[in-house]
Amino acid sequence: MAATPGLQGRRRRGLWDAWLAAAPAMTLALFLVPIAVGLLGTWLPAFGYLPALGGSGLTIDPWRRLFAVPGLGEAVRLSLATGIGSTVLSLTIAMGSLAAWHGTGVERAIRRTLAPVLAVPHAALAVGLAFLLAPSGWIARALSPWATGWHHPPDLAIVQDPGGLALTFGLVIKETAFLLFMALAAMQQIRVDDGMTIARSLGYRPLAAWIKTILPQLYPQMRLPVFAVLAFALSVVDMGMILGPATPPPLAPLILRWTADPDLSMRFVAAAGAGLQVLLVVAAIALWIAAERAVAAASRAWLVAGRRGGSGLPARAVSGAAQVILALAAAGSIAGLGVWSVAARWHWPESLPAGWRLSTWTGAMPALAAPAWTTLGAGLASTVLALVLVVGCLEHEQRHHVRPTRRALWLLYTPLLVPQIGFLFGLQVVLVALGLDGGWLALVWSHLLFVLPYIFLSLADPWRTLDERYQRTAACLGAAPVRAFLAVKLPMLLRPILVAGAVGLSVSVAQYLPTVFAGAGRLTTLTTEAVALASGADRRVIGVYAFAQALLPLLGFGIALALPAWLYRRRRGMRR
Amino acid sequence: MNAAAGGLRLESVAVWLGPRLLVPPLDLAIPPGTAATLMGPSGSGKSSLLAHICGTLPPPLRAEGTIRLNDRPLAGLAPEDRRVGILFQDDLLFPHLSVGRNLAFALPRAVKGRERRRRVEAALAESGLEGFYGRDPATLSGGQRSRAALMRTLLAEPLALLLDEPFSRLDGPLRARLRALVFDHARRRGLPTLLVTHDPDDADAAGGPVIMLPDTQNGV
Repeated sequence: MAATPGLQGRRRRGLWDAWLAAAPAMTLALFLVPIAVGLLGTWLPAFGYLPALGGSGLTIDPWRRLFAVPGLGEAVRLSLATGIGSTVLSLTIAMGSLAAWHGTGVERAIRRTLAPVLAVPHAALAVGLAFLLAPSGWIARALSPWATGWHHPPDLAIVQDPGGLALTFGLVIKETAFLLFMALAAMQQIRVDDGMTIARSLGYRPLAAWIKTILPQLYPQMRLPVFAVLAFALSVVDMGMILGPATPPPLAPLILRWTADPDLSMRFVAAAGAGLQVLLVVAAIALWIAAERAVAAASRAWLVAGRRGGSGLPARAVSGAAQVILALAAAGSIAGLGVWSVAARWHWPESLPAGWRLSTWTGAMPALAAPAWTTLGAGLASTVLALVLVVGCLEHEQRHHVRPTRRALWLLYTPLLVPQIGFLFGLQVVLVALGLDGGWLALVWSHLLFVLPYIFLSLADPWRTLDERYQRTAACLGAAPVRAFLAVKLPMLLRPILVAGAVGLSVSVAQYLPTVFAGAGRLTTLTTEAVALASGADRRVIGVYAFAQALLPLLGFGIALALPAWLYRRRRGMRR
Repeated sequence: MNAAAGGLRLESVAVWLGPRLLVPPLDLAIPPGTAATLMGPSGSGKSSLLAHICGTLPPPLRAEGTIRLNDRPLAGLAPEDRRVGILFQDDLLFPHLSVGRNLAFALPRAVKGRERRRRVEAALAESGLEGFYGRDPATLSGGQRSRAALMRTLLAEPLALLLDEPFSRLDGPLRARLRALVFDHARRRGLPTLLVTHDPDDADAAGGPVIMLPDTQNGV
């Protein structure tokens, strides 16, 4: 009788059980410890304590120096305006589009165009957008001179404008896609069609039906993603450097400038600035929560006042136009990078280059190879690590029939809510002290912090919704847990696992600040190179780097979708 | 007590959902080659009882009492070590494997090499699915899928068979044919069988004792 498993089987199961038991605690430790250490390493120097630079006592001197910096108020104002402005706009466009176009072909079209916009790194998009919007850019070329009357590129600050409009625009392109993606995922937990049917049978027009029955169920699930967007937009560095004004820049790029200042005492000011950045995010989230309360209170009576709503046509016009503009801007940005990278002569105001050549690519190749491999290596390493950890957590959760609480979800979002500059600065102080800066361990670990939450978010739902009876069936057929996992669960979830991997890779490729701090200049990626070049190099060379940076995640998504489709081309039950 | 009889025996087995008694203590002996039927309203815990016998009862459900299979107590054994076969309402053929590889998945490790393929082909032939080894399960009809699921369960060489309304998705003559096939196999292999159903015709076909579970949902 095969009632007892063999010794080997038992040992394998022991290892498996040990891994599942350890996964959640290990995962939390791996990404909470660096954040805690990093925050400490920021706040101590902010109050003058940094023995390596001779600061041994506690003082508020760094803060005094911070507030004496000329233009600090303007930097903070810029951060708040672009951060809060882009979040409000993104959320409005995302929710408005879903409300106005529910159940239509437009909704399906939006769904299909999300993945590429999500995959494109912020830096590449920012560079492409600058190429598109600048007075010497594509749009001005297309309109000149017949519409604009310009015979030379005008001296206008369209990109890097003092008001931060270009930065806001860039953020809105990326964040609208992210919020739509999270909303579409959350809507699978809500009985949207039932709610719409009931509301419409009660006489509500579609737009009003969606806003009054779906939105109140959807928004609570959108809060953490919205806070993450708010925190990100308030403290973004790479986009801020490329699209934001320079004198002064928004707060986060300004702090980064101080951390690289030849005057080492500016490190204390940078630490205080990083502290201020954290406070800014906390204040903005508090303000947002207050606004949520106000909106909820104001709409309580309105929800049941019985107004059935109008045709919804104005909402369709506005949200549809916004979607078209965002999609065109995203596509035009990436296409522009590609065109510049193979352009020969391209005189203003020609709409297309007069000639084409690949020599920019071949010329850049020797210098491009090392950062490209570093990008791929860090991306794959952090993604595989995160997948192993997340799968361990999800299996643990299923085995012990526990669901993460709301609070656990906040923990998961921690790396997305704490501004990067607010703890990476401190983390670098610790890495330098340990001699780990500029090494692979530091680089992969720092990417893992941001890769892991996204992989968890994209894998959790497919994992939890797989019919658990498949595994029960495997067990009743005599398959031990490890075999049931490897032979049934992994292959059935191959597509979501690979898609989560592609998400992870795209998050890693996009990381600018973690790479700057952990790589310490010795490890550079396509992202850090593209941002460094953006401020001055030849557009063709910038185009090569930024296009390569955008290509890598797109390739990842391509493989993640094509491989399972090919492997399971004869398995109709695996197509979804 | 006829201890030598073997088969599947439940001794005061009860199922609780948190503090609520779902299935009151049940004593049942199913000798080899016979089938007993459990009937009761939805939510009366029939499927939970089967899950408990399989060893896959999820919390907050819990159970007490003793279950013996051929005089061996099942308590503490992992599901894969119990040798209890189960068929669900849905066939649950693994969608990523061909029909033949679904069946091969169930074969014990001790069956090696070419014998594995031969055994699977034989099982396919026995159930009227000759030549289906490489087929995608998604291309099969409902009746064919049910037969493949039955053969998969039997290839694992179970010592008892649990049926969780496996016929309810089929109708008419198809249903009667599959029912006859299942009970025929179970009898020939001397498997004690426990059937859960809503349909009195299923219970008639099983031929054994029928236990009605009380409606605990509406209890105070």
